[in-house]
Amino acid sequence: MDGFWGAVRSATGAPAPEGAQTLWALRDVSLEVRNGEVLGVIGRNGAGKSTLLKVLSRITIPTEGRVEIRGRVGSLLDLGAGFHPNLTGRDNVMLNGAILGMTRDEILRRFDAIVDFAEVAGAIDTPVKYYSSGMYVQLAFSVSAYLESEILVVDEVLAAADARFQKKCLARIEEMAQAGRAVLFASHDMAAVQCLCTSALWLDRGQVVHHGDSRSVVGRYLTAEGRDLYSAQSPGDGPVVLEAQLVCQDGAAAVRPRVTEPIVVRMHVRLPAGAAGTRLGIAVRSADGVPVFSSNLEDAGLSLPSGPVTLRAEVEIPADTLLVGEYHVATCLSNGADLLDSHEPGLAFSTEPGATLLYHRWAGRKGLVQVPCRWTVERAP
Amino acid sequence: MNRTNLTVITPDGIGDPWSEAWAYRELLYFTVWRDLRVRYRHIGLGAAWAVVQPFTMMIVLSLVLGLMAGVPADGAPYPVFTFAGLVPWIYFASAMTHGASSLVSIQDFLATVYFPRLIVPLAAVLVPLVDAALAFAVLTLMMAWYGIAPGPALIALPVFVLLAVVFAASATTWLSALNVKYRDVRFVVPFLLQFGLFATPVAYPSSLVPEPWRGLYALNPMVTVVDGFRWTLISTPAPTGVMLLASTCTVVVTLALGLRYFRRMERVFADVL
Repeated sequence: MDGFWGAVRSATGAPAPEGAQTLWALRDVSLEVRNGEVLGVIGRNGAGKSTLLKVLSRITIPTEGRVEIRGRVGSLLDLGAGFHPNLTGRDNVMLNGAILGMTRDEILRRFDAIVDFAEVAGAIDTPVKYYSSGMYVQLAFSVSAYLESEILVVDEVLAAADARFQKKCLARIEEMAQAGRAVLFASHDMAAVQCLCTSALWLDRGQVVHHGDSRSVVGRYLTAEGRDLYSAQSPGDGPVVLEAQLVCQDGAAAVRPRVTEPIVVRMHVRLPAGAAGTRLGIAVRSADGVPVFSSNLEDAGLSLPSGPVTLRAEVEIPADTLLVGEYHVATCLSNGADLLDSHEPGLAFSTEPGATLLYHRWAGRKGLVQVPCRWTVERAP
Repeated sequence: MNRTNLTVITPDGIGDPWSEAWAYRELLYFTVWRDLRVRYRHIGLGAAWAVVQPFTMMIVLSLVLGLMAGVPADGAPYPVFTFAGLVPWIYFASAMTHGASSLVSIQDFLATVYFPRLIVPLAAVLVPLVDAALAFAVLTLMMAWYGIAPGPALIALPVFVLLAVVFAASATTWLSALNVKYRDVRFVVPFLLQFGLFATPVAYPSSLVPEPWRGLYALNPMVTVVDGFRWTLISTPAPTGVMLLASTCTVVVTLALGLRYFRRMERVFADVL
């Protein structure tokens, strides 16, 4: 840390030297969350999301400022938060109840509901160190969701659960909000934030960028975070998309492509040795995070060769597919089971109306894509 | 929903540590119970260790010091004399060893869940009381064997138990917080305890210490605790008023300093760990 003299200073209680550089994890963040409100906390890694939740959970004590909390706070900040690995699932439920200040009887009344929701009935008397990470997070979530707390704080932990359980958790969060509890929920899953949260807080470098209706905050976040050129900051040894760029047919960068022209995503992919069976795909989302469509190399009957190799891949979004508006396109590499590399929220672009007369009939249309449907009209006999 | 108790978080920390620890007493019981369970579940001899350790030490001390070196025992049979000292001493040593590492050993827990941190060293001090109770049962059996019955001073025994527990709690509160920042504490504690065994009249009577030095000697509160145990159980001479005063002073100062340091460090536990 700060070496010997720092140690002596702190042991004697003397202040830190002047001029030492201070990095504020959170500064000037003021907000109010009411009963029944679900607040989504969004922002890049290192924006201060976890710090905010830690301050509210009383794990980290703020250097300045003031927090007022009415009611008990149940927090789920980390995988297996508050779990003692040597204790059984049953004992851990009791322990977490005691941490919330509940009595033994109060905990026992909710015990069955917790085990039921967590789907770990068969393993409830096994020490949790033998649990899989999915079981861990399932039990951890249901403990915080069913124990009596007026406020629930959930950091990005649900990612460890499978998609089905995540849905179940989101439904439970909604139910809790309807029952009048306040929920704070940090996530990178913009679609979940939009569906679930009544409001959203966008943090960047410890400061509030926007706070308000979740739809509009998420929309602004995605637009601001996206860029038209992406290059991997610190590519590891695994398969990686080194660079991605949006171009028009003529090869020029496409910041504002027309809907009447094809849009090309050009990628540089690096594959290490032994990366056979790697899949390359793209996912297009609307500005507010709703998935529009996705596509991968296999759709076209192609596959990536085994590495080590660096490849250039291009995918063309056909003309007359998207509407006028803002979109994001994310790239991802997977091996079928696991996501190996992804780039979220991806390249941002906004489409412009085309020059053709035909297009103008589409302007202002609702939806996410244009679909060339076939119509027939004839006089009824 | 009718619980609208207001919690205010400011840079100065949260509320009064004692009232908060009291509000979380259920957690304290649970933590103590849990530690006992985790501790005995994976140990072959289980609770027998609580007896084996002081008993073998008693035999070694009786042979080497009592029999061979002829150390006096204030008129009591040496085995009972030394066992009556070993019971509080081993309790204290065990409380210190577990207590000093108590916060560090649950660091993941501290980083993710809030509860009054003071509960951790307090639980660590309460858990070895169970071992001590078992050893105490053996002591009463030994007293019966030697035909020693305690006198009316027995009613004062809880005072010395309390002195030992409060001193252990004060010291571990301080050491556990210090250990978070300086992991050297882990090595210092066994070292201190080795010294302590000689600075405490476990194997010899405190009457061997010259009278004028007894007050200074009793600045180690365990001196008064051990003497108090022997006085109330096997009727050796009582600790003097000066000794009681000196020991109480140490306990009060340790408690105040330990608690102050703990409160200051408590704010940054999650960040340092």
